[in-house]
Amino acid sequence: MSVGQVLLVAVLAVPALGAVAVAAVPHDRAARLTGVVAAALTLLATVPLVGGDHGWFGYGPRPAVQPWHQLDLPWVPGLDLRFHLGVDGISWPLVVLTALLTLLCCGYTLWRVPDGGSGRALVALLLVVEVGILGTFLALDLVLFFVFFEVVLLPMYAIIAGWGGEDRRRAARKFVLYTLLGSVLLLVGVYVVVAAAGTADLVTLTGGAGLSRGTQLAAFALLALAFAVKSPLWPLHSWLPDAHTQAPTVGSVILAGVLLKMGTYGLIRVAVGVAPEGARWAAPVLGVLAVAAILVGSLVCLAQDELKRLIAYSSVGHMGFVLLGVATLTATGIEAALIGNIAHGVITGLLFFLAGAVKDRTHTGSLAELSGLRETAPRLAGLLGFAAVASLGLPGLAGFWGEAFAVVAAVRRGGGFWVTLAVLAALGGALTAAYFLRLLRQVTHGRPSPAVGRLAPGLAGAELTAWAPLVLLALAVGLAPALVLGYATGPVDALVGVLK
Amino acid sequence: MGRGGGVSLVQSVDNVALLPAYLAAGTAVVVLLADLLVARAAATVAVAAVGAVATAVGAAVVGAGGERRTFCVGGDCSWLFNGRAALVAAVFALLTLGVLALSGPLLRAGRTPVGEYCFLLACAMTGGVVLGAAGDLITLIVALETLTLPLYVLVGLRRGSLASAEAAVTFFVVSVVATTLTLLGAALLYAVTGGLHLDRLGATLAERPELLDLPLTTVAVALVVLGLAFKVAAVPFHAWAPATYDGAPLPVAAYLSTASKLGGVVALLAVVQRALPATVTGPVLALLAVLTMTVGNLVALRQRRTVRLLAWSSVAQAGYILAPLGALALAAGRTADARAGAYAAAVAYAIFFVVLELAAFAAVVALRPADADGGTLDDLRGAARRHPWVGGAFALALIGLAGLPPGLAGLFAKVTVVRSLLDGHAGWLALVVAVNAVLGLAYYLRLAAGLWAAPDAAARPAGADRPAGARPATSVGLALAVATLVAVVVGFAPQLLLDLVAR
Repeated sequence: MSVGQVLLVAVLAVPALGAVAVAAVPHDRAARLTGVVAAALTLLATVPLVGGDHGWFGYGPRPAVQPWHQLDLPWVPGLDLRFHLGVDGISWPLVVLTALLTLLCCGYTLWRVPDGGSGRALVALLLVVEVGILGTFLALDLVLFFVFFEVVLLPMYAIIAGWGGEDRRRAARKFVLYTLLGSVLLLVGVYVVVAAAGTADLVTLTGGAGLSRGTQLAAFALLALAFAVKSPLWPLHSWLPDAHTQAPTVGSVILAGVLLKMGTYGLIRVAVGVAPEGARWAAPVLGVLAVAAILVGSLVCLAQDELKRLIAYSSVGHMGFVLLGVATLTATGIEAALIGNIAHGVITGLLFFLAGAVKDRTHTGSLAELSGLRETAPRLAGLLGFAAVASLGLPGLAGFWGEAFAVVAAVRRGGGFWVTLAVLAALGGALTAAYFLRLLRQVTHGRPSPAVGRLAPGLAGAELTAWAPLVLLALAVGLAPALVLGYATGPVDALVGVLK
Repeated sequence: MGRGGGVSLVQSVDNVALLPAYLAAGTAVVVLLADLLVARAAATVAVAAVGAVATAVGAAVVGAGGERRTFCVGGDCSWLFNGRAALVAAVFALLTLGVLALSGPLLRAGRTPVGEYCFLLACAMTGGVVLGAAGDLITLIVALETLTLPLYVLVGLRRGSLASAEAAVTFFVVSVVATTLTLLGAALLYAVTGGLHLDRLGATLAERPELLDLPLTTVAVALVVLGLAFKVAAVPFHAWAPATYDGAPLPVAAYLSTASKLGGVVALLAVVQRALPATVTGPVLALLAVLTMTVGNLVALRQRRTVRLLAWSSVAQAGYILAPLGALALAAGRTADARAGAYAAAVAYAIFFVVLELAAFAAVVALRPADADGGTLDDLRGAARRHPWVGGAFALALIGLAGLPPGLAGLFAKVTVVRSLLDGHAGWLALVVAVNAVLGLAYYLRLAAGLWAAPDAAARPAGADRPAGARPATSVGLALAVATLVAVVVGFAPQLLLDLVAR
């Protein structure tokens, strides 16, 4: 086994073994510490994956997916399932983001365990969720992709149902049933492809692999529906606000930060890659839905009066920009989608951490009962302001690139239809600014409300430790988008190449 | 074998092929003798357990040696012991062993006669062993009755329980009607084709397609399939199952929903695969599968009693088992490859299912007081907080039945079914299966999540489950552990099972 293969296995094995170790350690705090160590080791294992054969040189026909490292072992030949992992420029940033956010969440849990259950069970579940998400990003076998896609469901359900807010059971059930519906459509879509192509290997399948037009349309419809539920794409988003509002802080961070990305990543890598003809056929529909998501999400946010719910709905709008980028099926659009994914993960992760901190301190999330945060807790208010401004897409911060270039890609696609979509999306961007500024005016400005008046100004060290990397990343990605896109250009060009 | 190809009056019988059946029947006899002569409960149970193990081993050994036939007339044999027959026989024997282990607390409570109980279980096992190897319709029906007949008595064995007696009567009446239908169908088939051997029937109907145009043939095929659908508890012939399961003692309910259901599946597969024309059975089975899984899941959503919930869910599971056969409804599903895949998928799903179902019932037995029935869902509230290991195993089994990780066995079972359906181009049926999986999760999850719910002292009657600290009986714990272990192993290495059923 090469170093890269060892790393690939380690990225999945370390959190899995970590979860077992956490469950086995009897003492609660020691167990949580074990979990943090496992999460840290996972992050350490993901970073060096970037080294390796980047292979975008040379001549002649090449497969559209060229992993830097890959590991291909048989698992269940009877079901066409191979344990085939690999990493490239499209998946690597997401892999690192997942490992980072899980580490931050585990670290945060070291300091504060939400009510509802033991801290070590929560950390163990976070690590299992991490295994599922990382596996989804690393899988280069369709069936394996599906298996990892499903691994995430129940641990996330347990996190919401076990440590969530008052209405957690209903929200958790809605989350799990809704997203399971997506997963089972994925299962059918996967086997539509596998039955027609006779292989589940994503490297071979990317580019259509000689699938008939009918198969591609059926497969794309099923896969796109599955990923639209997960992303979530309006009008299939209704599980998301409830799940986010009720989930504990760490659950929301993982959910918004990386779990939704499984949908958009799957759309790019699996749906578009495997059924390009289907993607071309459905692109206008996807574009319209994406713009509808942007507009509906923004309008709903303007009318929201609950902090976490507002941030949750803002995700619907942001993921709309990502999907618009994908729908253009151009290199610019897909790169915008990739960086939009990362930026949303970083910024919304931060926003949910901050919203959690506000709710933990004031015991309310209602915007009507929050005002004047900057008077009593200036640092918290400042960070909230920073995150909100980053989220609304201020140039120089991470949120800008994804939204701006999704619009640019739609304009460049040309034709009245796409230009109209671009204009509407830009309008949605302006609405995004409007609701975030409204949020800031209500929460940070004005006279302190009774709930806010009692706050102590300080922030705990654990909080700062958890938030600082996200703040820095939001700045760094904003100033140097090449951090994310530097490695993605080659794979994206290859993908767009097979789309033509 | 008949000498020189002519029909001889003296048949040579291949006793090796019959060894598993001898072992199973012998177990029943020895149990009866042991009960009579030794008259100690432990000895009787031990004899039955050893007999079950011996049957499983015997089946495996004989099955490993390639196909063996006996009781042949010309080329048609009434007894075909091949790889699949060996698998079925071994699974029946092991299920019997598992149910015997679950019966420990029930038998120790003293209200159930041990000798009779073990004898009847061994008889049922004999029926199951013969069933897998049956080569003609009469052997098949007699084997199926041998499997079911002891269960009428076992269901009613809870002395002094009205529900138990009612359950036994319901089961008896419905089952007898079903058997009559199947027998009538077999008789009509004989009238049409002049044959009863499964392979001969299949060949005759394939050679003379004009027979298929006779209304009598259609009626005969329908009667055979519908009669067997009763045994599988497929909708609309399912109404007996929930009442019977709920009234029966828990281990017997476990046997009903695993071994008895497997028996129905094996019988149905045998006639559909070998005897009856797929053009006729395919659409019927597709319809049965859709109705069975949908109705089973929808009604299970509303259940408040644990065993009733498991019973309705097992109705739904029967739908998933039948689903691959529904692919035969389309011409694309009737190619040789697609057919072989569909039968293998149905058997594979059935075996994944019985393992998980046995684990679920073992957990219910372990969580409930000895000699109790399944109780309500509220009785199990918070049970996993008091018994983390048993609760964890129960949740794993339920999640597996729902078909989600970490219950990988159940996940791969569903994947096997969906794959075989799409290989047969029955995408619509795959979608129905998929949507039903979502419905299924709703109630499995309610039961599983309730295990960790904060105990609600007011809602929970005293003595609803075993007090904290009290350990379940060793035999029950062992059965639960083994079933869970098997589920985990086939979850990570499903190819083991897929290879076995493909033989």
